[in-house]
Amino acid sequence: MKIKFITIKNGEAVPRNRIPHLAFDDFRNDALTIVGSGGNVVQFFVYPDTGGSLKMLAVLRSGNSLLTAGCDAPEIWPSFTAVHPPFNLFEREIAEQFGITPDKHPWLKMVRYHANYRGADDVFGNDYTQDIPGNYPYYAVKGEEIHEVAVGPVHAGVIEPGHFRFNCIGERVLHLEIQLGYQHRGVEQLLLNAPPLRFPIIGEGIAGDTAIGHSLCMAQAMEALSGIVPDPGARIVRTIALELERIANHIGDLGALSGDVAFLPVANYCGRMRGDFLNMSLLMCGNRFGKGLIRSGGVRFSPTNEDRGILSRRIKELKPQVEHTIDLLFSASSVRARFEGCGPVPTEDARKLGLVGPAGRGSGLSYDVRRCFPTEHYDRLDIPENLETGCDVYARARVRADEVLQSINMIQSLLRFPVETSCVQPNGFSMAPSSFTVTVNEAWRGEVSHAVLTDEEGKLLRYKIKDPSFHNWNALAMALRDTGISDFPLNNKSFNLSYCGVDL
Amino acid sequence: MIKLLKNKFEQGYRTSGYPKTPVELPPRYRGLPAIHQDAPGEMADKCEKACPQRAIDAKTRRIDMGRCVFCGECERISEGSFVSFTRNFGISASCREHLLTDGTLPSLAEHAKAHFRKLFGRSLQLRQVSAGGCNACEADLNVLATPFFDLSRFGINFVASPRHADGIVVTGPISRNMKTALLETYNAVPAPKVVIAAGSCAISGGPFFGSPEVSEGLESILPVDLFIPGCPPHPLTHLHALLTFFK
Repeated sequence: MKIKFITIKNGEAVPRNRIPHLAFDDFRNDALTIVGSGGNVVQFFVYPDTGGSLKMLAVLRSGNSLLTAGCDAPEIWPSFTAVHPPFNLFEREIAEQFGITPDKHPWLKMVRYHANYRGADDVFGNDYTQDIPGNYPYYAVKGEEIHEVAVGPVHAGVIEPGHFRFNCIGERVLHLEIQLGYQHRGVEQLLLNAPPLRFPIIGEGIAGDTAIGHSLCMAQAMEALSGIVPDPGARIVRTIALELERIANHIGDLGALSGDVAFLPVANYCGRMRGDFLNMSLLMCGNRFGKGLIRSGGVRFSPTNEDRGILSRRIKELKPQVEHTIDLLFSASSVRARFEGCGPVPTEDARKLGLVGPAGRGSGLSYDVRRCFPTEHYDRLDIPENLETGCDVYARARVRADEVLQSINMIQSLLRFPVETSCVQPNGFSMAPSSFTVTVNEAWRGEVSHAVLTDEEGKLLRYKIKDPSFHNWNALAMALRDTGISDFPLNNKSFNLSYCGVDL
Repeated sequence: MIKLLKNKFEQGYRTSGYPKTPVELPPRYRGLPAIHQDAPGEMADKCEKACPQRAIDAKTRRIDMGRCVFCGECERISEGSFVSFTRNFGISASCREHLLTDGTLPSLAEHAKAHFRKLFGRSLQLRQVSAGGCNACEADLNVLATPFFDLSRFGINFVASPRHADGIVVTGPISRNMKTALLETYNAVPAPKVVIAAGSCAISGGPFFGSPEVSEGLESILPVDLFIPGCPPHPLTHLHALLTFFK
């Protein structure tokens, strides 16, 4: 059977009439075939077309290809998730946003807890006058000696809110259910109504720890639709910024993992060194998270030769410290005893769930956007596979550690030569009418993607955001199955998923 | 063991001498804005129009630091002739109006409430509540516990339970879905209690202003004692605010 989806490039503007508009059955069959034969969902969403009718659009990936097609959105459709789980959150999101129903979805419940955009009847039967997403009948295990532990939305640490419901027998977790939505700020709808000058500010706030990843996707999408091409210097600066973000977050998490197994030296060293990498972003653009650096058309700050010198010197000084700290962490027997075998997500499960990023690579899925769909300067860099097959906390930590060292080398090589870029001035830009583009980048948690549709006048028709955490939250629940509840913090940190990136 | 010692030696002693010794931030850091009152009106208007946060009032020549995300767009457009950001990171205030700045800021120490100092000057336990934050404010509050800042040496700690806390630090624009949880946390803190709004989201809704899913700032929900601007505030801004207000 011939697949009717067409291939598009990462960050390419496609006229909407080029996207095949299929009959629903063909659309569903093709999508299931692609995902069933080793592919995964990149984007799957609904938008109201100019006439008001609802349309579905999917971007899937298979190998090194991005495939897309659309169809009319039915009021009720046979669930994709029932066949292939990677569609799970995407279908629930569609049901929540537009009040239409995936029939026989194995677990149809809300994602973010808000009324749908159309004012249609609520699919989940929620009463939104009560502002508590967690006020809902959780999956419960019954039996003697079964007990439930409810955690959140306000957690013990300085972290984002979410609700975790554990069903345990003794110390052993039988089932963990995660309910998010507390961070919902209405980002996608806000973008439709906000003037374009607010876009980059909103984009940087989707997930502050991934400010570079998300603003890069946004800038590339706007560039594709308005035909602006950033200069090679800007591409290098953006690549450095994305790698700095990766290093800072990975080091921070390695430290947190170490803290969770009570190995405090590494926790403290990593906490300090993470700050040193954030301070490099501060040096480059005046913000520790890289906010304000990336705009459509390029970057707002160009590193001077003096900056390059300072950055190179700092990295040269830090590199051995990072190497030694990582060595200390992984050679401590007390650490290995807790990391190894803890929270396993076997490769087969990881594939079925469609995991991305370091979480996927720790479970034997080698996918990395930087290799498969390179943007910016990545086509000229050699990105190793970083594959671990242990599938446990140790494997996930090891992937992060390897990536830190690789990213340091990448930045060192990029800083070797002067970077010349003319900083972008904020100019009004006009987007191509009736067009579509999708951008993907490998941020530190994995595949970030933005998809943008414009109407006949070149105005935003739909802005769709997907954080890598959208693929990975279920993996945390899987990792906890049959794991001691006291190992929850350790597992949670080994994924360190984004709440606000999912809640939008 | 040898590895441990070697690492300890290599890492050295890293704690900052702040506030006794000053810390200098790099040139691109954007702190307290200097607003040049003699700049041509045209330029002020241009900046007002280009501000993504609607934080500039060209007529009164003021910037609302509670709305500002310190992106620096106005500085770039005016090439520093209307606004230029200084490296002064001490930008917090005890009342909302003080953040509407003409480039000057009333001394926080003078406006600090004396009874808070008396109560919490030696020991301050805070409960953090993230209410729609993007995790940048949370992350830069968390770093206060790392060796460089080492917050606990000042007797200030973040605690796990509101029952153990003297006050709350709120980040994020208070999403509709977090409002109840926030109020319950606030109610669980024993009186007298402090309320701190950290970051432009908690002060004004920040980048998300206008969305029906968020509030227009914490003050519309709870009485706020201390405002810490920034997107996110630099850890030193947090530290400066806490030390000046409570010490």
